[in-house]
Amino acid sequence: MENVITVLVEEPDGNQTPIEVPTDMNLSLMEVLKGSGYPIEATCGGMALCATCHVEVLKDPGLDEAHDAELEMLDMVPNLTDNSRLACQIHPRNEFDGLTVRILGDH
Amino acid sequence: MIETDICIIGAGPVGLFAVFEAGLLKLRCHLVDVLPQVGGQLSEIYPKKPIYDIPGYPSVLAQELVDNLMEQIAPFNPTFTLGERADAIERQADGSFITTTSDGTKIQSKVICIAGGLGCFEPRKPVIENLEQFEGKGVSYMIKDPEVFRNKKVVLAGGGDSALDWTLYLADVASELSLVHRNSSFRGAPDSAEKVQALADQGKINLILNANLNKLNGNGVLQQVSILNKDKEEMLVDTDYLIPLFGLSPKLGPLENWGLEIENGALVVNTKDFQTNLEGIYAIGDINTYPGKLKLILSGFHEAALMSHGAYRYINPGKVLNLKYTTVNGVQGF
Ligand SMILES: Cc1cc2nc3c(=O)[nH]c(=O)nc-3n(C[C@H](O)[C@H](O)[C@H](O)COP(=O)(O)OP(=O)(O)OC[C@H]3O[C@@H](n4cnc5c(N)ncnc54)[C@H](O)[C@@H]3O)c2cc1C
Ligand code: FES
Repeated sequence: MENVITVLVEEPDGNQTPIEVPTDMNLSLMEVLKGSGYPIEATCGGMALCATCHVEVLKDPGLDEAHDAELEMLDMVPNLTDNSRLACQIHPRNEFDGLTVRILGDH
Repeated sequence: MIETDICIIGAGPVGLFAVFEAGLLKLRCHLVDVLPQVGGQLSEIYPKKPIYDIPGYPSVLAQELVDNLMEQIAPFNPTFTLGERADAIERQADGSFITTTSDGTKIQSKVICIAGGLGCFEPRKPVIENLEQFEGKGVSYMIKDPEVFRNKKVVLAGGGDSALDWTLYLADVASELSLVHRNSSFRGAPDSAEKVQALADQGKINLILNANLNKLNGNGVLQQVSILNKDKEEMLVDTDYLIPLFGLSPKLGPLENWGLEIENGALVVNTKDFQTNLEGIYAIGDINTYPGKLKLILSGFHEAALMSHGAYRYINPGKVLNLKYTTVNGVQGF
């Protein structure tokens, strides 16, 4: 399908749930995950100011580098991993098909 | 004991504006907030961001809005208990309430207004297995009185502005100071980061970069912190205190146990006067929920006005209350 990619979410039990993500609706990965019913508080509404949308990227199809604001917020996350990102700062594009994440939140 | 008409729990924008609306009705307010400063999310999360949807302000910085609210409510002489969490509320035989804080401060009031936002701001805790075992026994997340650390060994963890600022401050206070940070550089204020680096170069502090807290050791009280570097090599640092500084995030907190009706983490209220299921206890701002609720500052201000009128009727049953315009009467403080 055009302008729809599949993002996989690794559940706590290890299974991966595929979700279809539109790439032409200007949605962030945080909004898509929240819309799919994942319990992300998104306290700051997607401004890289709360870290409640913290995810670990398990398969990276070539995401853009994180900006300073995102890195600064990630510095505050106690459960940081080597591949941590804020889902609200990831804007899905067609090349990101197969992106796999685990939702970690801010604690 | 502090005595007042309305005890407002939460000094965010909505709690602050409630002082104004209550003041117009000659009701006095006392505010409690766990944060050391007023302003709630605005001052804690986004003080320097512009807000565009406050009526009459095409754009206003969050902190500026808070400062303006403080100026606006000043005529009504609100009193504050800051840096303390409201832990318990109790209804007295005469119908009044006593709110008790984490430091044992007691506030007696005719009604309670919960303006708790997304909840109590609490420190983010690092993921270390036996961390909680040492809380209050060497591990603390906030620095209330830096003198506690005079001539003690202290380990700070974190890479944000507050970790840098406290490193600079405690460098002259602690007998031995280490700062543990996961990355190789700091993204906080560049001049603070430079000063911290300079202290490390002079050997005044122990800067441990690219490293993570791993484990705590001690016999009843904290004695040693185990730290792992990126290659998983362990380093042991003897210490009296560990202060992880990873910022604050809101948690619903104690009000979960106050017998209030809660739906999806928010207090259920009616939209007539924003009273909760318990008589005399109101909830306004982000903390409440009702059909059509929008978590906006604007909505919270509206709720504050209706709550104040409801509280007035509850405190003065039978008294007639007419709506008075501020243009007609001005603001008569007390
Ligand atoms: C990044 C960001 C951008 C936003 N932008 C906008 C915007 O453009 N426009 C808009 O209208 N809204 C915006 N909001 C939402 C707005 O900030 C909230 O609606 C507003 O802060 C709610 O105010 P409040 O007073 O209800 O609660 P809060 O601001 O959350 O304040 C509640 C206070 O209560 C305290 N508290 C809670 N429980 C206790 C307790 N038991 N004891 C002691 N203290 C307690 C907390 O510590 C906190 O300080 C934004 C929010 C964020 C995070
Ligand atoms: S939603 Fe707040 S940081 Fe992403």
